[in-house]
Amino acid sequence: MKHLYSINNLSKSEAISILDTAKSMAEVGGKAVKKLPTLLGRTVVNLFFEDSTRTRISFEAAAKRLSADVITFSAKGSSVSKGENLKDTAQTLEAIGADAVVIRHWASGAAETLAQSNWINAKVINAGDGTHEHPTQALLDAFTLRESLAPNQKDLSGLKIGIVGDILHSRVARSNVLLLNLLNAQCVLIAPPTLLPIGIENWNCQYSYDLDSQLAELDAVMMLRVQQERMNAAFFPSTREYSRDFGLNSTRLSQMKPQSLVLHPGPMNRGMEITAEVADSNQSVIRSQVTNGVSVRMSVLYHLLSGDAA
Amino acid sequence: MSLLLSKVNVYGEAAKDILVNGGEIVEIKSPGAISKADKVLDCTNKVLLPGLVDLHTHLRQPGREDAETILSGARAATRGGYTAVHAMANTDPVADSAGVVEQVFGLGEDTQLVSVYPVGAVTVELAGKQLAELKAMADSKAQVRIFSDDGKCVEDSVIMRRALEYVKAFDGVIAQHAQEGRLTLNAQMNESALSSTLGLTGWPNVAEEAIVARDILLCELVNSRLHICHASTRGTVELLKRAKEKKINVTAEVTPHHLLLDEEYVKGYDPVFKVNPPLRHLDDVISLRNALAEGIIDVVATDHAPHPKEDKETEWAAAAFGMLGLENALSVVSTVMVHGQNFSWRDVARVMSEKPAEIGRKPEHGQKISEGARANLCLVDPEVEFIVNAGTSVSLSRNNPYQGMKFKGKPVATIFKGNLTYQEGGN
Ligand SMILES: [Zn+2]
Repeated sequence: MKHLYSINNLSKSEAISILDTAKSMAEVGGKAVKKLPTLLGRTVVNLFFEDSTRTRISFEAAAKRLSADVITFSAKGSSVSKGENLKDTAQTLEAIGADAVVIRHWASGAAETLAQSNWINAKVINAGDGTHEHPTQALLDAFTLRESLAPNQKDLSGLKIGIVGDILHSRVARSNVLLLNLLNAQCVLIAPPTLLPIGIENWNCQYSYDLDSQLAELDAVMMLRVQQERMNAAFFPSTREYSRDFGLNSTRLSQMKPQSLVLHPGPMNRGMEITAEVADSNQSVIRSQVTNGVSVRMSVLYHLLSGDAA
Repeated sequence: MSLLLSKVNVYGEAAKDILVNGGEIVEIKSPGAISKADKVLDCTNKVLLPGLVDLHTHLRQPGREDAETILSGARAATRGGYTAVHAMANTDPVADSAGVVEQVFGLGEDTQLVSVYPVGAVTVELAGKQLAELKAMADSKAQVRIFSDDGKCVEDSVIMRRALEYVKAFDGVIAQHAQEGRLTLNAQMNESALSSTLGLTGWPNVAEEAIVARDILLCELVNSRLHICHASTRGTVELLKRAKEKKINVTAEVTPHHLLLDEEYVKGYDPVFKVNPPLRHLDDVISLRNALAEGIIDVVATDHAPHPKEDKETEWAAAAFGMLGLENALSVVSTVMVHGQNFSWRDVARVMSEKPAEIGRKPEHGQKISEGARANLCLVDPEVEFIVNAGTSVSLSRNNPYQGMKFKGKPVATIFKGNLTYQEGGN
């Protein structure tokens, strides 16, 4: 693995190896001194073209626990104003001597463009690009699922996972479909037809317009955030109707298997796609996801950077 | 000065000697029958076509002279075998008045390399609200006959209807960039299974076809002339076929890139492949090739769209739409159509010279190769194989999607008003 801009960069054994290492890293998180010297003297840059406090602090914590120097670069720019030029920024980071760049960008493909360009030699980690992918989120979800539901196996075979909500615009869903397939889990995407991508029939997964019909089968359900800007763009008639059909509440939770899990990549719209009761229930692993996020990102940094020691 | 084209295969057929003098073809004889000329070009195994005519060229001047100028674009045109280009109106200022079109026309004349025929905007500032002074542009020195808001679609049905009606007075044609705006909001590539996996907002075929269908009906209603720019979908081909069966006066163009490239090139997010309308599914590409062969699509037009490096060396969504076309168009058509399917050099002459000149009402171009015809000519080596090197382009821009691709057949000389404006290996 040279970069991680897509789950497609990983073989099955590499994915499993990242999860295994994450488990060892998790043990560091449990200690009083949460630090390893592994990446001492290496520089990790968090390059954020789009605000995401959660993802940024998770990567920062991961890099710091491995003793790397961490620089955070918040670049302005959006699809409307071109703003900070990716090439100039990359060349600046190259001049600074970045060993890895964690990039979050509003444009799909930006991480791959950066990785494949000759603007910079650093390893590139995609922390979310547009509506394309968010591979470390999928890895932390897989880690969370394996820890709770399949602790004695390497992959996720035998599990059936539902992903519910705005699949169309979700980078989390795209990465998860790829990774769940790689790890032999079954996957079903659940949304109104307007929020499922064109060509979904040919994705390597099932899909459904009806959450209730799926609940009894699922070992875990991932609830996706519904972005504010979708709410007035005719993807569904009203937030109330959406919530009625696709929101996860206690009634629906009770129809799932007793040991089944509830995941959410955050931040949640409580009361919209998930009720507060469900989010705070025993079956919710939403807070574990945050903790596991740091371990998984430590593992990814380790795998990318420790191979070629400084 | 007289110029002898010796042993040239006219339209790829029998070899002839052709003598050019005073801007005209003065003699066509059997090979060896003409001996005296100031300059002789040995054209053995070369194909002679009428000079190519492009209906859709973005020359960027005035306004973006860093991307292309009328002179640099004219040079690129001569390399591609062109003797005439139609300069699109989306410059800055917009070519929406007699003043601007005359300026562009004049700068074109100054090059002495190609005829530059300005396309006039349909609406003021391309804003789609108010008709530009179409008659003033038609009556100007530039003699504008093609009007287009290209880059933008004339979406308002009433404006489109009025424009079609109004240009009847001077035998004009409305060239429509067919793109329904709401269906293509923020669109980045063809809408397909691939756009879903790449996470790029899709541009569905129907956004083109809905406008093409409406405009064909409007054209029929007011009995005018309609031209469809850069047809890109198999649905558009079906609509054109039906319109032609009903004898509605609609013509259409296809670009070289839509004949050759499909959406698979978008994988990897290299913005050199970002273009509007987008590269489509292979089924569309094949349908467009067949439509060109069957005459359902009338012409090949480049949509030559130069962009400076900084507008293409970016993340996909921030990059400009468009690709170069003038220098490689004939090679694409030669490779895909002549060598790729049953398409003769006469067919090439039809779709790249005769028909475009007819649609633009420019009788001095696209003439049959015959004694007394204007000496606007294109000489082609039909069999030479070569690899595209974008770096050697004479365009000011480098957004060439064919970089590194292998083509068969290319222009080796261009003659404009009897003068050699390009000769391979010459200067
Ligand atoms: Zn256009």
